[in-house]
Amino acid sequence: MNIIIPIKQVPETSNVKMDPETGTMIRDGVESIINPLDLYAIEVGIQLKEEHGGKVTVITMGPPSASKALKEAIAMGCDDGILITDRKFAGADTWSTAYVLAEAIKEIGEYDLVLAGERATDGDTGQVGPNIAAYLDLTLGTYISKVEEVNKEKIVVERLLEEGYEKLELPLPSLLTVVKEISYPRLPTLRGKQRARKTELPSLTVKDMNVDESKLGLKGSPTRVVKIETPKVTRGGTIVSAKDDDQLEAAVDKLVEFLKSKEIV
Amino acid sequence: MEYKNIWTMAETRNGNLKDVSFELLSRGRALADKLEESLVSVVIGNNVNKEQLNELILRGADKVIVVEDAKLSDFIVETYSNLLVDMIGNYRPNIILSAATVNGRTLMPHVAMRLHAGLTADCTDLDIEEETRNLLQTRPAIGGNILATIKTPDHRPQMATVRPKSSKPLDIDESRTGDIEYIKFNTSLLDNRVKKLESKHEVGGDINIQAAEIVIAGGKGMKKSENFTMLKELADNLGGVVGASRDAVDRGWATYPQQVGLSGKTVTPKLYVAVGVSGAIQHLAGMKTSEVIISVNSDPDAAIFQVSDFGIVGDLFEVIPLLNSKLAKEVK
Repeated sequence: MNIIIPIKQVPETSNVKMDPETGTMIRDGVESIINPLDLYAIEVGIQLKEEHGGKVTVITMGPPSASKALKEAIAMGCDDGILITDRKFAGADTWSTAYVLAEAIKEIGEYDLVLAGERATDGDTGQVGPNIAAYLDLTLGTYISKVEEVNKEKIVVERLLEEGYEKLELPLPSLLTVVKEISYPRLPTLRGKQRARKTELPSLTVKDMNVDESKLGLKGSPTRVVKIETPKVTRGGTIVSAKDDDQLEAAVDKLVEFLKSKEIV
Repeated sequence: MEYKNIWTMAETRNGNLKDVSFELLSRGRALADKLEESLVSVVIGNNVNKEQLNELILRGADKVIVVEDAKLSDFIVETYSNLLVDMIGNYRPNIILSAATVNGRTLMPHVAMRLHAGLTADCTDLDIEEETRNLLQTRPAIGGNILATIKTPDHRPQMATVRPKSSKPLDIDESRTGDIEYIKFNTSLLDNRVKKLESKHEVGGDINIQAAEIVIAGGKGMKKSENFTMLKELADNLGGVVGASRDAVDRGWATYPQQVGLSGKTVTPKLYVAVGVSGAIQHLAGMKTSEVIISVNSDPDAAIFQVSDFGIVGDLFEVIPLLNSKLAKEVK
């Protein structure tokens, strides 16, 4: 079973800074990590490979420094990594990103499954997975929480919904986006890290792919960011202390009054 | 033919319209009035409740388009996408709004890719740019650290998903009238490759924290699984459901569908009560747009207090039981 996993390198979200002039993220000095939600896809991919043979290829679109994410995935147990990189990709929105990733998947050719994280923690759109499936006309399962059964022709999975779960049977190849519930990502091993260091990462650029240049980067993106604001978070609410019994009684009474004033009680 | 009118995608479940179908109409109505275009609610499903279809008109739609077929009773994205792409080709809507639900966030990107349309996920605010009449879509990104406003200048339709519960349905206006158009489902649009085998509905009902008006969330401070029963009691007293922080879910005290935050769900309830939740930025990203936030935490410096409208610094094991007993009396 050959599996392709598109991943994204994201900034560690706890210390993101924005450039107020350009509205873009200041990536300098911010640690980059594999999108945490992609780790679940990587884990499932490795598990499926261990059980059924084949190989796992991770791909990412980004600057050359994004190869670090590919190396980390290989250290976890993926076999190959391909960096999709070109200045012409800069400024791509989800449509254009998915277009390039889908064309790269076409170049790679033989695969049985494409696995992706539910969404990335920076852009938080969850669109690129379904986008790729639509472009390649691959059958799609989103929010997958469990792989129940897999053989040469099909895969049976559980999908997490708002009010429960549903079970789907998809033919292979298909594209699945997975949620956290599906696995517990392993840590890279020392041997994995050594192997990752030795693994060569081929790259794909515009000239290696059959892409329409008018669909690349900012120019090829239907959407435009027109404004970036940093929202005010602090609400300046009433904070009361409940250190002893009297304070506790008074604080809870005040809370009940507050709930009444908001017409909740 | 120019692109015209605003579509909102109703969602059905077992022939009934979900609340989001009506919430979207209040968003769509404001845009339709600004653009002086019509607001159309699109319903795909099977045996959809007729009274509810009319309610779409009474709550803001100028027109309802219904596609019903036994083969549409289950959401299969390939079939739904074929149908919607076909309808968009025939009717050419200017704007399409869908709920940012599991199915909305699956169908919309599928359709947008095929049409080379712009799609903005999980919007919290929508407006029209006066000069250009383009749709302005505002959404939080990067863990809620920024609010980005996005537009689609040259591609149509302009597509957006909107967070459930982020707007209220309009009141019923009995004087409103409008057409309900039924379209026959063209079975050549059917894609049989994916089969739905079964659905399981979670017992307990706490799973859909995004649809709840009131969410009571427990964090690391809850100390153990059994302590969540006092949160359930509080939820029952207030008519809400129980959610949890990532810490609580990772420790097995609550389930993943209950998780609020960056790697869980984003909720926008009327009331969010954070109990024993410190307020890590990843958690705040999932709940800080709630209408009213109340928190209980023993640490006066906990970040959760900064986003709270009302906070109690104290021992949650004293505060919550006392609150429950007072609320139980109030309810009586």
